[in-house]
Amino acid sequence: MKRCVYINDDDLSHDIYCDNRISNRKYTVWNFLPKNLWEQFSRFMNQYFLLIACLQLWSLITPVNPASTWGPLILIFAVSATKEAWDDYNRYLSDKKANEKEVWAVRHGVKKHIQAQDIHVGNMVWLRENDEVPCDLVLIGTSDPQGLCYVETAALDGETDLKTRVIPSACMGIDFDLLHKVKGLIECPEPDKDIRRFDANLRLFPPFLDNDVCPITIKNTLLQSCYLRNTEWACGVAVYTGNETKLGMTRGVPEPKLTAVDAMIDKLTGAIFVFQLVVVMVLGVAGNIWKDTEARKLWYVEYPTKGPWYELLVIPLRFELLCSIMIPISIKVSLDLVKGLYAKFIDWDNKMVDQETSTPAHAANTAISEDLGQVEYILTDKTGTLTENQMIFKRCCISGTFYGNEIGDALKDEDLVNAVATRSPDVIHFLTVMAICNTVVPIQRQNGTILYKAQSQDEEALVHAAAGLHMVFVKKNGNVLDINFNASVIQYEVLDTLEFTSDRKRMSVVVKDCQSGKLFLLSKGADEAILPCASTGQQTRTFSEAVEQYSQLGLRTLCLAWRELEEDEYQEWSLMFKEANSALVDRDWRIAEVCQRLEHHLQILGVAAIEDRLQDGVPETIETLRKAGINFWMLTGDKQNTAIQIALSCNFVSPEPKGQLLLINGKTGDEVRQSLERVLLTMRITSSEPKDVAFVIDGWALEIALKHHHKAFMELALLSKTAICCRVTPSQKAQLVELLKSCEYRTLAIGDGGNDVRMIQQAHIGVGISGREGLQAARAADYSIGKFRFLKRLILVHGRYSYNRTAFLSQYSFYKSLLICFIQIFFSLISGVSGTSLFNSVSLMAYNVFYTSVPVLVNVLDKDLSERTVMQHPQILFYCQAGRLLNPSTFAGWFGRSLFHAIVVFVICIHSYAFEKSEMEELSMVVLSGCIWLQAFVVALETNSFTILQHLAIWGNLVAFYVINWIVSALPSSGMYTIMFRLCRQPSYWITMFLIVVAGMGPVLALKYFRYTYRPSKINILRQAERLGGPILSLGNIEPQSRAFEKEVSPLSISQPKSRSPVYEPLLSDSPNAIRRSFGPGAPFDFFQSQSRLSSSYARNCKDN
Amino acid sequence: MSSGEGSSQPSSKKSRQPKYSRFTQQELPACKPILTPGLVVTTFILVGVIFIPIGLLSLSASERVVEIVDRYDEDCIPSDQEKTAFIQSDKTNKTCVRSLTVPKKMQHPVYIYYQLDNFYQNHRRYVKSRSDKQLRNPENEDLTSPCEPEARIDNKPIVPCGLVAWSLFNDTYGFSVRGMNLSVNKKDIAWDSDKNYKFGSKVYPKNFQQGSLIGGGKLDEKIPLSEQEDLLVWMRTAALPSFRKLYGRIEQDLEANEKITVVIQNNYNAYAFGGKKKLVLSTTTWIGGKNNFLGLGYITIGGLCLFNATTFIVMYLIKPRPCGDPSYLSWNRNPPGN
Repeated sequence: MKRCVYINDDDLSHDIYCDNRISNRKYTVWNFLPKNLWEQFSRFMNQYFLLIACLQLWSLITPVNPASTWGPLILIFAVSATKEAWDDYNRYLSDKKANEKEVWAVRHGVKKHIQAQDIHVGNMVWLRENDEVPCDLVLIGTSDPQGLCYVETAALDGETDLKTRVIPSACMGIDFDLLHKVKGLIECPEPDKDIRRFDANLRLFPPFLDNDVCPITIKNTLLQSCYLRNTEWACGVAVYTGNETKLGMTRGVPEPKLTAVDAMIDKLTGAIFVFQLVVVMVLGVAGNIWKDTEARKLWYVEYPTKGPWYELLVIPLRFELLCSIMIPISIKVSLDLVKGLYAKFIDWDNKMVDQETSTPAHAANTAISEDLGQVEYILTDKTGTLTENQMIFKRCCISGTFYGNEIGDALKDEDLVNAVATRSPDVIHFLTVMAICNTVVPIQRQNGTILYKAQSQDEEALVHAAAGLHMVFVKKNGNVLDINFNASVIQYEVLDTLEFTSDRKRMSVVVKDCQSGKLFLLSKGADEAILPCASTGQQTRTFSEAVEQYSQLGLRTLCLAWRELEEDEYQEWSLMFKEANSALVDRDWRIAEVCQRLEHHLQILGVAAIEDRLQDGVPETIETLRKAGINFWMLTGDKQNTAIQIALSCNFVSPEPKGQLLLINGKTGDEVRQSLERVLLTMRITSSEPKDVAFVIDGWALEIALKHHHKAFMELALLSKTAICCRVTPSQKAQLVELLKSCEYRTLAIGDGGNDVRMIQQAHIGVGISGREGLQAARAADYSIGKFRFLKRLILVHGRYSYNRTAFLSQYSFYKSLLICFIQIFFSLISGVSGTSLFNSVSLMAYNVFYTSVPVLVNVLDKDLSERTVMQHPQILFYCQAGRLLNPSTFAGWFGRSLFHAIVVFVICIHSYAFEKSEMEELSMVVLSGCIWLQAFVVALETNSFTILQHLAIWGNLVAFYVINWIVSALPSSGMYTIMFRLCRQPSYWITMFLIVVAGMGPVLALKYFRYTYRPSKINILRQAERLGGPILSLGNIEPQSRAFEKEVSPLSISQPKSRSPVYEPLLSDSPNAIRRSFGPGAPFDFFQSQSRLSSSYARNCKDN
Repeated sequence: MSSGEGSSQPSSKKSRQPKYSRFTQQELPACKPILTPGLVVTTFILVGVIFIPIGLLSLSASERVVEIVDRYDEDCIPSDQEKTAFIQSDKTNKTCVRSLTVPKKMQHPVYIYYQLDNFYQNHRRYVKSRSDKQLRNPENEDLTSPCEPEARIDNKPIVPCGLVAWSLFNDTYGFSVRGMNLSVNKKDIAWDSDKNYKFGSKVYPKNFQQGSLIGGGKLDEKIPLSEQEDLLVWMRTAALPSFRKLYGRIEQDLEANEKITVVIQNNYNAYAFGGKKKLVLSTTTWIGGKNNFLGLGYITIGGLCLFNATTFIVMYLIKPRPCGDPSYLSWNRNPPGN
């Protein structure tokens, strides 16, 4: 199927394709009710409740008024539906905002301001710089004479770099004034979701000449939700609109995340359901037998001799209804409520507010807080997550002289300041390259300061550093740059920019000194990209040593170089460059090749080292969380050396001899396999030793390993507690998360940038750092925090408390439902197994929804251990990780407790209220109050810390129970008119209550005390210790670790000859795999070199001088 | 390039910065009781010390109750006749004379109960077969739907309808002591709430016990339901298959060893289902009728508490266990990483 788009033809395509109205709504006003109900009823629990509620409409079998089930059911459904409706309304509002955004579009040959939703396929849309693209467009024209424009595609694929888009060749050179009159035909495929592919044809109609069909690719498109950057204007023809855009097609509702606790609750619910079926079956059969043998003799019951065909079913169904409360209808509501509150506690937490930016933590997903307490693996990004992503120029090495080694800051190094003052030519050149070899745009602020807008943080750091050394980049006027050096203005004209790509790993500019008219080529880039281009005579050894030394310190390095160009050489080259730039096929490759022709015989000026500082508290956080039994994997796009250094400095891996790094690398499948096997072998051997073993793998090897040696890699993943994966792409990050998930681990992914979005969405818990790389990660994440160090608090405090509280709440919910259900069962045994309900409808409903829910909800304030203790003994998290507080065996304990309590309540009540007191309503209320009293004490006994609210809820609820029942007893129309007043006047009622409480709680207390004292869990010990406040608090103290940056870095043992890898790693990188695909091995850009291997002892010597 | 969008965000977030409150920070002052041996042992001792006297008190109260229980269903039927046929027949003479001896002095009022054993007033079919609306208001006499199978007769509503009313107990007792009739006060045996509200004073029995199958007692159609106290008592269904219902009161003291002659009209058919019928004369105390359960229960539980407390003390003395000793934490014993 093809889609034919007629450019600027207002009449033709109107009706065929949808307009540009975006709709993310799940519902419309009309289908809301049926669709929402359908969705809610696709869940098992809800189906169950609906079935029960429907069965209750059959008066023959219902034990109680159907309202007692329908009421709560409708309430619950109404609450969920309202929430959905509210969310949908918000989506509608945001859609509306997007739809009503004003855009410039051509209508009937005239440029007009129209609403985004009125764009039709075939319309021409004009965009200005920083505009969001409203629909999928095919580019027709841009402000750039070469037909280029830049887009930021972060919202689409998470990549933060700017991408170039170019107009189709057929449109090249169309005059600005004529653009809106262009007519033509675009043949394109039907909408699909592939954002990397667009194969279409364009044919312009006369007078825009040539009838040739011009091919169009994804490079000629602007896709919806991208931003136009660094381009004054662009215009294009709408080809896909509304929900048919590429983005619209990819948009899916993210799968709701289910926590491990939820899964366990579901499992337990299933078990209870089976138990219920067994009970129903047994009682049903027993009831039928009793009916046939005994009940027929009871003349006062008047059983008909011949019943209807369904007679055999009646009693089992009655028991089904009677036992239906075993699965508490309130559990879902209670859980939703408390989970909402956990999320609020995270939002409210003052200790997780980033003071620098006043960013509080935020829980976007309110349903998964318990999972935080069960995390087993943390997969973390490096840049911006562990580090501040605030690049600061720290050291440099200019023509063999090291600056900044002593004080750690080159800007304060007097030698360098003096060198600048004395205008040492090398230093001046170095500074010039720092200041102008970039794509930074300076913006003058009103107060006279200059704001640099850079695509890369590295460039920004260099420009700032140059400014600090009096080489101030002041202004950019088109192609003319103003540099202010020691109060004199130097002007440079930028003739060409040889852009940075991740293949080339360097960027250069050709500038003309406006005073002298001389031409210069200024380059900067990774050492392996620059050093080989050095002029033949120059010694590069010092520089590579410098690079090595800096990268040992965890600094990012850039080599700076320059060359003076001859006019002729440049002119000749410039022609080739222009030609390459307008090439239609293999443009990237050709440009790279042309650039290569200029970038040679460079004079290396020096090495700049940039520090990406570790965030505050990162080493402590990692150490604490590792003590808590959480394994860390670092997934970074950065390269190996830097990653390892950062890993060392933040306690990620331990230095020798405690730690060992195993390297997996290789370029071919075989190499990777061998390396993998070797590492696996070492792992197996060392797994019994108390040694920190970590493996290091790069993206290339990872791809092979995942594809061909999946099993071996899986085993490695299981064995290894720590891993460093460098040079990995966003999708590989997600793959690794998937791998750990498939090993049944709870994973938490934390990152800050667009490249982490996929991993964050994939993991059980996604945490975003609302950092400098924008807010995409934070938006996609379940939790967003301001700084990495808050992760400690998020997991150990919020996650742990949430897990503990939910574990109690869910089990307690089952306990109280089972309690009342067991009593009903016992009662049926003395009521002729006929399925009589002991309790009336009001009591049953209020018991589940009200009496027993309120006290337990206040449990969200319960804290078993203080935050301080948990932080000092993070090992205690093990109880949550291993699910020690909610599992079948703890559940069996609660099950047994409810059975025991049911027996206590029932036996005591039927004996103390026997004979003349055995009135139905009275006994029912006695039993019910017995249950309420017991549950109040159970909650009290299980509460670890009583705040005023807890007392209020537990004891207030008990009072409320009486008040409510007095009120109900005062209503003449209710069945229990005067009952409660009568009971409260009887001394035997109160005596019975106290007997129930003591008989029910005594054994529980005794058992708990015995366990607490003689079989204490770690939690118990810590609680006791906390209470005593004694010496324990000093025992597990975590000493703050000093930064490892400036201290001696111990040598690492690496199981393989360390092939030193390049250090220059810009933030904006394409996937490294692209390198190998576009250039085969042996291509001129394969700079892989192995000669420069340095001993660390030498590095130390360097440091001393 | 991200700085553009980043810079606008923090400023808008500033307002969202949470306000400090002890609730939101989860820092509400809390008391954290822990189960120290002292606390637990004290609790148990305290409970034991309180419970045993209460138990003794209840037990003595229960023991003070004088109770005469006389099962008469077996003896009030000629042994040579088929029981069910006898009781169902209109013609047979069902009068039965019993003689009871007062064991101890019974202070007035002496309550007269009839006790039925193995009678399932709590059977689902039975307990539901009544129409409270009909009983309350004469306008609702047609609301008989829950009353099946005793709802209507010849399509005329039965008042009171349903199995409960239909199976009304109809044995009667006459008492005499030393040849003198003891008057039985049958006033106010039903709950006030039933008389004043649940059963209407304008609702009169209609079509009651007119069917082919006659259940229990009949009602005087001239007396409104609210004054038919036997019916009211009967319709307070019992929750247990063995129950007593108040028949009346004897408003005079009965001396010890007095012989009471009871003339029983043995009408009610408890034979068909193997039920037992008993006549009970009983006094009451603050705890109610004779019921040793609570007293014994309190003494047992109290004793167990004291026993528990002793055990814990002994355990504590034999094997003292320091509270919160950090050496019990495994990670303090072993180097981390294991």
